[in-house]
Amino acid sequence: MTNSFISRGLNSRLSRRRLLQGSAGIIGGSLLPAMPALADDKPALGTYPAGASGSSVFIGISVPRTGTYAVQGEDELKGYQLAIEHINSGHDLIKKISPKTSKGVLGKELKFGVADSAAKPNEAVQAQQRFISENKAIMITGGTSSAVAVALNKLAQREKVLFVCGISGSNDTTGKDCVRYGFRQDFFGQTAAAAIGPVMVKAFGKNKKAAYLTPDYTYGHTVTKSMQDFLASAGWTTATNQVAPLGAPDYSSYLLNVANSGADVLINVNWGHDAVLSTQQAKQFGVLDRMKLVIPYQVPFIARETGGLMQGVYAATDYWWTIEDKFPLAKMFNDAFAAKYGYKPEWGAENAYVSFAHWARMCEEAGSFYPPDVIKAYEKGETIPSFVGDVHYRAEDHQCVRPVIIVKGKMEKDMKNKEDYYDVVEIVPSEGLMQKPDAFGCHLGEYS
Amino acid sequence: MISWPNLISQLFNGLALGALLALISSGLTIIYGTLGVLNLAHGAMFMIGGYAGFVAFQYTHSFIIAVIAGSLFVMLLGIAMERVIIRHFYQRPHEDQLLVTFGLGICFVEIVRLIFSSQSQIVPPPPLFQGITNLGFMFYPTYRLAVVGIVAVALGALFLVLYRTRLGMIVRAGIEDSVMVDSLGIDVYRVFMVVFGIGAMAAGFAGIINAPVVSLTPGVGDDILVETFVVVVIGGVGSFPGAILGGLIAGEIISVTSMFNPGYAYVMLFAAMTLVLVVRPHGLLGVQGRE
Repeated sequence: MTNSFISRGLNSRLSRRRLLQGSAGIIGGSLLPAMPALADDKPALGTYPAGASGSSVFIGISVPRTGTYAVQGEDELKGYQLAIEHINSGHDLIKKISPKTSKGVLGKELKFGVADSAAKPNEAVQAQQRFISENKAIMITGGTSSAVAVALNKLAQREKVLFVCGISGSNDTTGKDCVRYGFRQDFFGQTAAAAIGPVMVKAFGKNKKAAYLTPDYTYGHTVTKSMQDFLASAGWTTATNQVAPLGAPDYSSYLLNVANSGADVLINVNWGHDAVLSTQQAKQFGVLDRMKLVIPYQVPFIARETGGLMQGVYAATDYWWTIEDKFPLAKMFNDAFAAKYGYKPEWGAENAYVSFAHWARMCEEAGSFYPPDVIKAYEKGETIPSFVGDVHYRAEDHQCVRPVIIVKGKMEKDMKNKEDYYDVVEIVPSEGLMQKPDAFGCHLGEYS
Repeated sequence: MISWPNLISQLFNGLALGALLALISSGLTIIYGTLGVLNLAHGAMFMIGGYAGFVAFQYTHSFIIAVIAGSLFVMLLGIAMERVIIRHFYQRPHEDQLLVTFGLGICFVEIVRLIFSSQSQIVPPPPLFQGITNLGFMFYPTYRLAVVGIVAVALGALFLVLYRTRLGMIVRAGIEDSVMVDSLGIDVYRVFMVVFGIGAMAAGFAGIINAPVVSLTPGVGDDILVETFVVVVIGGVGSFPGAILGGLIAGEIISVTSMFNPGYAYVMLFAAMTLVLVVRPHGLLGVQGRE
């Protein structure tokens, strides 16, 4: 009876049109579980929904693992890896920053790929383009060079994929080169100058002459300009500004110009190994015996690598581990990081971790990986936790409004342990450090 | 407006910088002139010389032993490299030689990075040469002054080997016409091995001599390799005196230009190289017809 029913049904209903309709329905139905976004009425945008359709989402990480900024890039990478591990396991520290995170972001495990940018924009862009095309990266990150950060800003805006910026000190990153799809947590030239400037004037006096060592790209030029602008208000002048290419193998000729400039203070804006080498050679040429040294944008590991040359030197930084006695989250982070990697984290790792934790929070708040929703969550400007207290992101330029920490290199006899390189002189509150949102020409661009 | 004390300082600094460039470039040019192999691993060998010396210094705290260890280690590495890999590429196209030496260079750098990480390592100058010397018109690091003397002695020794010994005569003959040398019954491949070892040793020696001037990182050779090639092109490929002249010219260009506008120091260096290539394609002391 059953057989005859089926046979009758097939004979009576199975026309070619019915078959096509049925097939389309089956195929369409099979696709439904893989495309939950359609149910949310969100149009496809960038790698959404394809990148968020499975049980995991992919993050593209490009940091310099070779070249002038390799040491800092490795530290930054460790910060990213620890954040991902904590997000995927629902660690207590992540929950303090992103309370809705249990395991993964929106219940999806984070997976990631790492590429060596060598601090070169073209290499970073190529790698991230690959992560976007092949892995459907839902978020990309990288930096440790503002030239890379600016290039990835543009890529993110074009591809409509969120870019959570790594280390970047240029005013341009959230200034004239800002984009709707880019967000920066760390301090930068303007806030560094506004924070360390008063400390320098207090320590060295007014009407001084400064010599600058400036790397020849957006980071160097904007940090030097911010320092010059701020110090001019205290009567400081520029005795010489020595602009050197990134990765210069020798600074002797620049330092001779500095030595003959009659400057009172050497402001070394170089970063990474360039900062280490130029500082060591400044010592060799006797420049540090005649001038005070200031590092306005502190370089992770420089104290370890210069063998005592940072003693007594002022620097502005994003984070120094000894603030843990004031900030419980910093203590949790330091302990977790040191337990995994065997040393106290520097600020590259801190920026990486906090940036990811903030991104996770914004996705959870948005309830979706749909980029405009996540962007709007950032743009609410909600006060959120970080390792240096409460912070928020400005809707107008996507810059995190956060304190800047002023440190001074400790004398060897005052160091309590082998990683106790700096005294925290001041934690300068964010109020008054930031320029007006449009001061550096930021126009964010479109959501879609 | 020119500051005369600064100009004199920069001219002197250019001499010191040029001396070091000359030493590094001499190894590169001898190898290319004799073997016809453009060794893109030369920068890595310069770096390894520094690290080998650094390790020796850690154990002995003797700078002299560090210099000997750095030089000999890279010489042995060069000989091994020539015997195992490079000799198979003598008859291969230049592109293959470039690729294999480029690849070896990357391997060397990454092995060193794996062992020592990317963090800077410091080799202090010997106690005798520490501090700053007052030259009257300028203060100058004593060790850099010593480097000028050390390099002069090293280049003098290399000159004696190349121009006053039978081996040197064979090498110079090999540079001019290796086929003819081979046909005279001389084992030209053994000569090639020796030349590669000497060239590598020059790079290693320069690496450890340079170590107290810079801080050692795995990428230290990458930075200097480009300058070295410019020196060789300016001086003339395969010409030992050309490497010295090219080094001194490059050092002066970098140093003096930086007095006026540091951002143009390397632009001027490449402009000078371009000018030489246009006016004298085989370099200032190079010989036409030599590959």
